[in-house]
Amino acid sequence: MTDHLLTIVTFLPLVGAVALIVWRGAPDNSARSLAMLTAVVTFVVSLTILGKFDRADSGYQLVEQATWVKNIGLQYLVGIDGVSLWMVLLTTFLFPLSVLASWPVKTNVRLYMASMLVLETAVLGSFVALDLLLFFVFFEALLVPMYLIIGGWGGERRIYAAVKFFLYTMAGSAFLLVGILFLYSRSAGPVGHGTFDIQQLTTVAGSLPASTARWLFLAFFVAFAVKVPLFPLHTWLPDAHTEAPTAGSVLLAGVLLKVGAYGLIRFNLQLFPEASKYFAAAVSILALIGIIYGAVVALIQTDIKRLVAYSSVSHLGFVVLGIFAFTNQGVTGGILQMVNHGLSTGALFLLVGMVYERTHTRDLGKMGGLAVVMPWLTGAFLFAVFSSVGLPGLNNFVGEFLVILGSFAVNEWFGALAAVAVVLAAIYLLWSYQRMAYGPIHEEHSLLPDVNLREVLVLAPILALLLVFGVFPKLLTDRIDPTAQAVVAHVSPDHITDVGATGVVQANGGEP
Amino acid sequence: MIAAPKLEFAPILPELFLCGVAILGLLYEAMAPKAERLWHLALAFAGLIAAALATFPLWHWDGPSTVMRGMVSVDRFSVVSRLLLLGIAGMGLLFGTHYFARSGDAYRGEFYPLILFATAGMTLITAAADLILVFLALEILSLALYVLTGITGRRNSNEAAMKYFLLGAFSSAFFLFGVAWAYGATGTTGITAIANALAGQTGDQALALLAFVFLATGFGFKVSAVPFHQWTPDVYQGAPTPVTAFMSAATKVAAFLALIRVLDVAFQPLTWDWTPVIWVLAAASVVLGSVFAIAQSDIKRMLAYSSIAHAGFILTGLTSSNQIGIRAAMFYLVSYALMTLGAFGVVMLVSARGEEQTSLTAYAGLSKRSPLLAGLMTLFLLSLAGIPPTVGFVAKVGVFTAAIRAGHTSLALVGVVASVVAAFFYLRVIVLMYMQEPQGSFEEDRSLMPRVAIAIPAILTLALGIFPGLIAGILERASILRW
Repeated sequence: MTDHLLTIVTFLPLVGAVALIVWRGAPDNSARSLAMLTAVVTFVVSLTILGKFDRADSGYQLVEQATWVKNIGLQYLVGIDGVSLWMVLLTTFLFPLSVLASWPVKTNVRLYMASMLVLETAVLGSFVALDLLLFFVFFEALLVPMYLIIGGWGGERRIYAAVKFFLYTMAGSAFLLVGILFLYSRSAGPVGHGTFDIQQLTTVAGSLPASTARWLFLAFFVAFAVKVPLFPLHTWLPDAHTEAPTAGSVLLAGVLLKVGAYGLIRFNLQLFPEASKYFAAAVSILALIGIIYGAVVALIQTDIKRLVAYSSVSHLGFVVLGIFAFTNQGVTGGILQMVNHGLSTGALFLLVGMVYERTHTRDLGKMGGLAVVMPWLTGAFLFAVFSSVGLPGLNNFVGEFLVILGSFAVNEWFGALAAVAVVLAAIYLLWSYQRMAYGPIHEEHSLLPDVNLREVLVLAPILALLLVFGVFPKLLTDRIDPTAQAVVAHVSPDHITDVGATGVVQANGGEP
Repeated sequence: MIAAPKLEFAPILPELFLCGVAILGLLYEAMAPKAERLWHLALAFAGLIAAALATFPLWHWDGPSTVMRGMVSVDRFSVVSRLLLLGIAGMGLLFGTHYFARSGDAYRGEFYPLILFATAGMTLITAAADLILVFLALEILSLALYVLTGITGRRNSNEAAMKYFLLGAFSSAFFLFGVAWAYGATGTTGITAIANALAGQTGDQALALLAFVFLATGFGFKVSAVPFHQWTPDVYQGAPTPVTAFMSAATKVAAFLALIRVLDVAFQPLTWDWTPVIWVLAAASVVLGSVFAIAQSDIKRMLAYSSIAHAGFILTGLTSSNQIGIRAAMFYLVSYALMTLGAFGVVMLVSARGEEQTSLTAYAGLSKRSPLLAGLMTLFLLSLAGIPPTVGFVAKVGVFTAAIRAGHTSLALVGVVASVVAAFFYLRVIVLMYMQEPQGSFEEDRSLMPRVAIAIPAILTLALGIFPGLIAGILERASILRW
């Protein structure tokens, strides 16, 4: 049984989803509980992965391999390394919280919960797949449940947002599919079948002429850049985040965007190292534009959910900037930021959702003084805001610091501009908190209740992790570092520096 | 003393069964004082089953590769083709029986024999080894379909039948003209003989190309590839829905399989010359089919344009003139048949009586009125859009792979971009079903039998999407054309 750990974790939610779909006429509460149970069990099982993970090994671990479709060489090939390990755990961690946060969903609960669980399987599958077509299957399949969640249970403009989300992502992945099939056809002889195994394809891609590899890089890049999202392909994100129900926003920001960043690391860097270096400057500039642009646009938002959405554009820019610095610090920081952003923005969206459920508005101009009536909720909000702006001692600090450090080593301007954005983040987030929590309270808000028990259960784990990973980043970096070093060595061997990323963390006092 | 030519009947037994039972059905309709639908259905199914039983032994056929003096080829390709077509016909019969029981349209017992005649023409065309027989089979299936299109006698239905007949007759003339050119170019109409003549340089290649252009026009009409597609939306919309379901699935399968034999056997020596033609037809079909579908407000017209786009995807696979391309196209045809039958089946049930509710607005809020139908429709639409884990995704991957391996990466790019456009209008129906409130009151068709029937393609759509290996092995062995 333990040989198939990844398979079990990936498909457990699907089992729950099928049960929900088959169980017609399930009472709403049973549907909720069943979904919750499935998500919690999945999380618990996924923790055993952590125990089995060998932190010294930079290669793929817990690999499972089986022939899926013999005639075309498609395999069921899964495994994890230091990047996907944390992505898997982040996913299994955020899903139970999202299910719990979705308790107030009233309409069509059974279908909603089933969509959530299908989504979990699709996301987990994307993170563990080591066969390109298998990855694509999950990558494409996750569109459908997310589309249903946004379009079925979202805000007023939900249909527009859902269709936009679907078409943007699908348009990006169309090029990815052609890229995958092109690589596949190069791995095959004139007769017989090729392979989709990413390790074998790395060799195939390495033997391609540089110009071909660059075109392929772009085909892959477009798909992931839409997902990340990278400026100027980000325009679906504010709509999708704003219109999605709370859990939808949490999962979009927390895990779906990470699939894009993960794809860049796993596929673009691994398959096309030369092209990655060739395009590194251009990608970094796009990332920087995204960082600054996202922050500036967030500044002028009056819709709190939209503000957090634009902050995601900015934060994900950091991730890409770090990755494409190709230094140990940069890559480690980028990966670290993927986890941290998932937690802190996830927390922010959860809190925004709770505020909205009470005030029924997302307009910051119509809020104010909420700290008086719900001190605990606004307190939690402030905590998440601090984490998101990168206050030392909370989780985001280490990642952002490493990214800035890593990109400084490549280009001082990149590092400097990224640092400016950190200040901007402090402005828009703290200002939004001020408009929400302080000042005169609106009369109709004066009797609003503070957090209830369910909400405490939702918030406590995620806020605790913000602190834990802020104080002990080594918990994460220990397992990320070998993989990050391997990535850097693969893409840019001359950039390996003597000071490992972990050394920096220790130097800045993160080590207990 | 002249030896009588030895005739092997086993390879055409399926067609003989189909025609024989069809004639029995006609007699029953004419003689019986009150012909019962269920007896008709039972009789027709007996015919299909007999034909299927006669087909199975041909898988292990070890006789000559063509029989009836080079008219009919016996290979696994035709075995698989026949079984697929018989399956589609079975679904068509089930749909039709339900439709006539509910619709209130004038019911005619000739429906069953006509379906069988059409099926006989279709199975024959996939096994035809001579252009004359291809033409003959084309006419058998077309004539039956013209009548089926107008069988209810409604005005729209009659108009569609007339349109179909006029344009169809026109395209048949082109086809026949092409046969004549082929004969002029090579001195033969046998598919293998044409290939030998062209390969051996004994035939006139320029004339043969002209012949190919005319033949392609005829086939292009039958598979509804752009620019020969104009009849499709009108006929699909006007024909009774079960006939549309049968016609859209089976005609495309039969015509494409025959086209494969003509392209990859008869004109195989001219591959370099015909590939650009197919390339252009494929690109035009996927793009225009997808774009025009967006503007439709009637689901049957929308699916008609989508079928034009799918013809383009299959042609994309055929630009690779080798076994990989044939296999990909065959897989696509299987998956297309499943999705189309299923989608039109749901259309039939949503439009409870006859053709009243085929506008897209009838689908608003369907998930609340009938969660099962909405769920099934979603599955078929996702498959048509090529979203995993459905069979439509696997099929698309197959044809794109074939095209890319043959060096047509740009065509694959056109194809994937068109599928994104196509996803838009498929999604629109899903949006209507799940995210909007029902408008007006609609009568529900709650009968169980057709739901069970639609469950068959639904299950296969998922099963083959997750485990395409279930039929990949069979198709691999069937994709070798004997000649």
